[in-house]
Amino acid sequence: MNNRTLRGKVAVAGIGETTYYKRGGSQDPEFVLALKAILAACEDAGIDPRSIDGFSSFSNDRSDPSRLSAALGMHELKFANMQWGGGGGGGSAAVANAAAAIAGGLADCVVVFRALAQGQFARFGQGPKSSGVSGDPAYTIPYGVMSPAQMFAMRCTRHMHETGVTRDTYKAISLATYYHAQNNPRAVMHGRPLSPEKYDQARWIVEPYQLYDCCMENDGAAAMVLVSAERARDMQRTPAYLLGAAAGSEHRNAAPCHNAPLYATSSFTSLAPRLYEMAGVSAEDVDVLQSYENFTGGVVMSIIEHGFCSHEEANQFISYDNLVAPSGKLPLNTSGGNLAECYMHGLELIVEAVRQIRGESTNQVPGARVSMVTSGPMVTPVSNCIFGSEETL
Amino acid sequence: MSNNTFYLPEGLPSPMATRDGIDEPYWQGLRDNQLMVQRCNDCQQWQWGPEWICHACRSFDIAWSEIESKGVIYSWERVWHPVHPALQEHCPYIVVLVELPHANNIRMVGNLLGDAQQDINIGSPVTGVFEHHPNAKTPFTLLQWQTV
Ligand SMILES: [Zn+2]
Repeated sequence: MNNRTLRGKVAVAGIGETTYYKRGGSQDPEFVLALKAILAACEDAGIDPRSIDGFSSFSNDRSDPSRLSAALGMHELKFANMQWGGGGGGGSAAVANAAAAIAGGLADCVVVFRALAQGQFARFGQGPKSSGVSGDPAYTIPYGVMSPAQMFAMRCTRHMHETGVTRDTYKAISLATYYHAQNNPRAVMHGRPLSPEKYDQARWIVEPYQLYDCCMENDGAAAMVLVSAERARDMQRTPAYLLGAAAGSEHRNAAPCHNAPLYATSSFTSLAPRLYEMAGVSAEDVDVLQSYENFTGGVVMSIIEHGFCSHEEANQFISYDNLVAPSGKLPLNTSGGNLAECYMHGLELIVEAVRQIRGESTNQVPGARVSMVTSGPMVTPVSNCIFGSEETL
Repeated sequence: MSNNTFYLPEGLPSPMATRDGIDEPYWQGLRDNQLMVQRCNDCQQWQWGPEWICHACRSFDIAWSEIESKGVIYSWERVWHPVHPALQEHCPYIVVLVELPHANNIRMVGNLLGDAQQDINIGSPVTGVFEHHPNAKTPFTLLQWQTV
C-alpha cells in the first residue's frame, strides 16, 4: 500500500446553486451569480464564507479567485487553481485539484465553482466573428466546422460505424434525462417533457445529432465546499467522500486536425482504470452515474469506456428502462443534466452526485452509496470522480 | 475551380499561416496546387497537423514533403444548423475526415463536393480538389474532396 491516493481524505460538505436560467435569462451579472452560488454552498455547509481559503475552477472561468476573495472579505487566500483546457472536461478535475490541495496541506476549505452566463458573453454554440483564423482552427473553420456539435459529430459517426451503436441508443439517453428533469423543479426543462415522437421529429443540428441530442446554453452558477473528511464529519450535512478521481486523456488525443490515434472514443479509455483503482470500486459497484452530455453520442462512449457494458452490448444495455431512477440498472443524469436541468458546464452533475449520496435527489436512487461522475466526453483533458457514503470508506 | 464555385460561400474566416511560420509551407503549397505535409528527416514518419518536433522520435529535423492528394473517407458529418451568418442560406453541407493511407494514415478535414444530400460511405476513395480564393483579402486555397 502507498498513501498516494485521495480516497476518503476529503469530502463535500456543502453545495449551492443559483436559479438556473435559459440563456440571457439572468438579471444578475455573471460575477454575482458566482457569489450567490458560493454563499449558498457556505450556508448549506454551515460555514462563515470568510473561512474559505481556496478556489478551484475550470474552462477559464471569468470570476477571478482573488476578486472573489476580496469581495467576500476572506481572511486569506491559499489556493487559486484553474484546470487547463477541455471545457466541461475539467469539472471533476476541479474537484480533484481542490481535494489534492486539502489532502496535501495547501489549504483547508476550498470552493469548487463554475459561473456561466452565456447570455452575457459569447455563446458556445456560435461560430467566430473574426475575418481570419490561424493554427488549428484554420484547418476546420473555413470548412464550416466551428461549433462544438460540428467538432465532435465525426467522432460519433466513426464510433457508430465501428461498433454498430444506433441513434435509438442516443434517444434512450435523451428520454431518460428529460424524464428526470420532470421531477426536478430546478430544471430549465421542468414541465417540458420529451416523448419519443418529439425526439424523432426534431430538426437535425449536424448528423448524427438532432436537437435533443445537444446540450442547452444557460445562465447560472454552482459551487461546492470541500474540507477534510475529519472536519466534514463534524459539520451539519452528510458528507460525500471523494473516493477517487482522474484527469487527462489518451496518447496524442490532441493531435491536431482530428488526428487522435483513438479517434472514436470519448477520451476516457486511459482514465477509467485509474479512477476505479483509486476509488477501490468497479463498475458493478456504481449505484448512480452522472455523465456529461455535450452530445448524447459522447455519453454512449463514456458509459462503454467506464466498463458498464461492451460496445456489442451498448444498444441493449443503454436503454430507457436501464437509465431511469429508481428502478434502472444504471440511473443516469438524475437531475436532468446538461440536456434538461441546466448547462452549468457539468458542475450541476457533480452537485447532483453529492445529492445522491445524501439521499436528497428529486430522482433518488434508494440507498445510493457509490455515486460517479464523468466530465466532458471527446475533449481533452477529460476527468471523472467517484463519491461514496460513510460506509464505503 | 473558378471564383464563383466555392463549396461554402464567402464570408467565413479565412485561413492564415501562423505567425511563428510553422505551417507556411502547407498554405503556400495549396496555393501552388501541391499538398505539402510534414515528414521527419530522422525517422521518416509522416506527421499531421504540423508541429515543431517529431512525435515519433523527438527530432526537430522535420521536412515538408509533397504527397498525392488522395485518400479514403474516415468519417463525415452533414451540417444542417448554421452557426455563422455566412452559412444562413447554405445548409446542409458535408464535412469529411479523409485518411491518407500512403502517408501513415494522417487525416485531413475538408468538404465533400457534390450534392449535399448524397449518401456518404466510410471507406470510399476520394481525391483532392484545390479550391483557390485569389481575391480574398489574404489569398488562400482550401483542399476539398470528391469521390472517385
Ligand atoms: Zn522522427
